[in-house]
Amino acid sequence: MSDTPFPLDASDWSAIALTLKLAGLVTFLLLVIGTPIAWWLARTRSWWRRPIGAIVALPLVLPPTVLGFYLLLLMGPEGPLGVLTESLGIGLLAFTFPGLVIASLVYSAPFVIQPLQSAFESIGERPLDVAASLGASPFDRFVSVVLPMSRSGYVTATILGFAHTLGEFGVVLMIGGSIPGATRVLSVQIYDHVQAMDYASAHWLSAGLLVFSFVILFGLRLFGPSERRN
Amino acid sequence: MNCFVLRVLVLLAALLASTSCVAAERLLIAAAADLKFCMDEIVVAFRTRYPDAVVETAYGASGNLSTQIAQGAPYDVFFSADIAFPAALVTSGNAMGPIHRHALGRIVLWSQRHDASALTIDDLVDARFRRIAIANPRHAPYGMRAAEALRARKIWDAVESKLVYGENVAQTAQFVQSGNADIGIIALSLALHPEFGAKGSYALIDDSLHTPLDQGFVVTAHGNGKPLAHAFATFAEAPEARAIMRRYGFALPDDAAP
Repeated sequence: MSDTPFPLDASDWSAIALTLKLAGLVTFLLLVIGTPIAWWLARTRSWWRRPIGAIVALPLVLPPTVLGFYLLLLMGPEGPLGVLTESLGIGLLAFTFPGLVIASLVYSAPFVIQPLQSAFESIGERPLDVAASLGASPFDRFVSVVLPMSRSGYVTATILGFAHTLGEFGVVLMIGGSIPGATRVLSVQIYDHVQAMDYASAHWLSAGLLVFSFVILFGLRLFGPSERRN
Repeated sequence: MNCFVLRVLVLLAALLASTSCVAAERLLIAAAADLKFCMDEIVVAFRTRYPDAVVETAYGASGNLSTQIAQGAPYDVFFSADIAFPAALVTSGNAMGPIHRHALGRIVLWSQRHDASALTIDDLVDARFRRIAIANPRHAPYGMRAAEALRARKIWDAVESKLVYGENVAQTAQFVQSGNADIGIIALSLALHPEFGAKGSYALIDDSLHTPLDQGFVVTAHGNGKPLAHAFATFAEAPEARAIMRRYGFALPDDAAP
């Protein structure tokens, strides 16, 4: 197993494919769901923006074990989500790919919503007022004014959301059950290799993830929001 | 002001000295997850003899703990669910002999949602068991034995798509306990715990279906210099500790052969 110079086997490739699929899907869904939330947080003067903003930021500070524990109970046969999914005939979500997607949506939400929120905030009222005075509909204003002006916010949100989902481990360990092709993502696969003392495979995967993550974050600095030059 | 700084320094020095005193009486035990409740009781019993000792326990998959010890983790005594792990640590110089055989473990079917006491391992192919939890066979001894038993009954291929893998046998039990898995193959010692295990029902799996869960412990290289570590090793084989282990369903090496 570790005699070959390149010891990645089918289960490693399956973990890589699964991880990319998870990160891609979660990032896409978060951009869709996160845009209205970030927009509301950036625009509203409601008192509620404080607690909602705090809830969005919670996964930044909570240990993954807290999320994993509550998600496990929530998705279990006695949890509200578990009761719902069982009554819909879907079965329980723990140990399934959809379960991981839900967990990752929670886990990576602040990494997508916060950059979008600051991008929307930096646009200010004026461009929108001008567009409105020229007769642009709210949807038109969003598509032709907000989106182009917050392009770099979207780049940051996409990259951070994707990279953070790649790095997810604790939550997956608690609700995933290490099922090949469904929940055994790259971080868990590496963990299993290390536990089984297959360091060669662990090295290949870890180094690959390290380089890939570096390239992503480097890319963010190349193409992301331009740094201030004074 | 200088006087104040001096006082703080003296206080710090005193604190450091006192903590290093405590550290001399501190024992860190790594134990396989099947010992989770049993070892807690043994530690309590040990502390009635050594009231000054601070004994802490860390539970995990034996393979996992063994890797950590090989990398210099500061555990003093290592109780493994598979005697092969301590044996390897002795060979590599990370633990000192002798290797003590302390118990034989058993695997059981365990469920909260179904009455497992009426089941046999062959029933796992039944469609009502949608998710079956076992410990990860790559590094958890109870998972290896569960996989062996499933293969020996030639139902591995039939159930493989329904298997979910716990990181160790305690997490496997927790998957079943939380209801997220319908049934699991766990350690008898966990199923016999009065609070945790009593919520479900269990059935023993024929131990001719797998290699014996021969359990063993060693004093690690880290613990070798500590008298307390050797005291604990002696205590773990004394009648009091053996009685606790027997209560948790472990067969002991010197017991009459069945």
